[in-house]
Amino acid sequence: QVALLDIDICGPSIPKMMGLEGEQASESSTVHQSGSGWSPVYVEENLGVMSVGFLLSSPDDAVIWRGPKKNGLIKQFLRDVDWGEIDYLIVDTPPGTSDEHLSIVQYLSAAHVDGAVIITTPQEVSLQDVRKEINFCRKVKLPIIGVVENMSGFICPKCKNESQIFPPTTGGAEKMCQNLSVSLLGKVPLDPQIGKSCDKGQSFLSEAPASPATSSYRNIIQRIQEYCDQHHFHEEKII
Amino acid sequence: ERSNLAGVRHILLVLSGKGGVGKSTISTELALSLRHSGKKVGILDVDLCGPSIPRMFRVQDNDVHQCDSGWVPVFVDQDKSISLMSIGFLLEKPGDAVVWRGPKKNALIKQFVADVAWGDLDFLIVDTPPGTSDEHISTVEALRPYKPLGAILVTTPQAVSVGDVRRELTFCRKTGLRVLGIVENMSGFVCPHCSECTNIFSKGGGEELAKHAGVPFLGCVPLDPQLSQSLEEGRDFIQEFPKSPAFPALARIAQQILDGTSQRSS
Repeated sequence: QVALLDIDICGPSIPKMMGLEGEQASESSTVHQSGSGWSPVYVEENLGVMSVGFLLSSPDDAVIWRGPKKNGLIKQFLRDVDWGEIDYLIVDTPPGTSDEHLSIVQYLSAAHVDGAVIITTPQEVSLQDVRKEINFCRKVKLPIIGVVENMSGFICPKCKNESQIFPPTTGGAEKMCQNLSVSLLGKVPLDPQIGKSCDKGQSFLSEAPASPATSSYRNIIQRIQEYCDQHHFHEEKII
Repeated sequence: ERSNLAGVRHILLVLSGKGGVGKSTISTELALSLRHSGKKVGILDVDLCGPSIPRMFRVQDNDVHQCDSGWVPVFVDQDKSISLMSIGFLLEKPGDAVVWRGPKKNALIKQFVADVAWGDLDFLIVDTPPGTSDEHISTVEALRPYKPLGAILVTTPQAVSVGDVRRELTFCRKTGLRVLGIVENMSGFVCPHCSECTNIFSKGGGEELAKHAGVPFLGCVPLDPQLSQSLEEGRDFIQEFPKSPAFPALARIAQQILDGTSQRSS
């Protein structure tokens, strides 16, 4: 049972990627006020989603809010959404180390947070910012499950040669992880089908089961699950 | 007392609703292209959490000095034709995270807009983080008295990116910021081995959005490993790689901006 909470208030991408954004304006998803709060929007019985995207009536609507208002909505999402019994709550965040990030960590402090998965691309321009994100996690005592190197190489569908479109000039995520003692969960190559699936709101894993990116994703997901299982086990031992 | 922006002829912002689409890349290449047309350019980097600009010019280790009128921007070379200001120069260590809530960010942005002694510039490019929040509201408010030329919006071709950039267009409309045009970045990749073109991030979304929104379309910039490499090394891509796939589009964007400003003055 999985819950996906999108706290990118200015750029909520999750509804579209989950196929929950109506093509016609009249079919836009609505958030229902249930007896015990807001109901998530379900992609499938065991996958519920919440995002500010569901509260906007038009795809042109901009959420032009300063920090405090964003924090208020994030609090509501955590407090007032009736998630039910869930195995995993995944929180998608915007880039940065600011209000949304501080607030989510603060508001979840009473709950047990397994940790953070940090995404980067291979080049130093990206790693430079990701080191700050790792720094942020350490500052707020958020455990780091590991780092994913996304957009890691591209194999030409015609000639099968590989190109490093985003070159790992300083050793990529691998070197950074070594230097900072965090796990590299995996590398995901570029695959045009990923963007297409996300744009269509379809599951890439179902649409392209044979893609190298699919096996990368699956390996990464397995490692995340193993991490969570191990830590849960340790917790139970302590109790 | 003369304001620090009094000598700046044109101010333009580079915006996107979406992260990772190449705002800083476009800001950097636009500055380099304008420099090659003989212009003096400044870049104000208001991405406080992820300041990318210093490294893109290989001046990430430079310090910022004070003068009577405020902060002296960092010049990228002896030529002094490109100057920069970024929080990146103010950090003790490059890995230091700026973990600030809105009010603190707003305060620094106000200082950045008022207290950098730019001198005389033809163009001041303001590079922003993704979104429509504190940094954007504060920057537009602080720049309003100086009548910015407008904003360039950057997107990648796919719908997920365009979806966020539509919201950025609304931001521009609501804040009275003129949209100079939309750039569709990462638009196609030509394999250097066999020349096959693959639309890794789809194609056409940026152009469609420009048409739909009634704003100029400034062009498609293809993925170009040489461009990425240049940015990594802080090199002048416009000077050194005029035959590279991304060059024509980047040069055209700059030309359209120049044409726009010369029309304005005539």
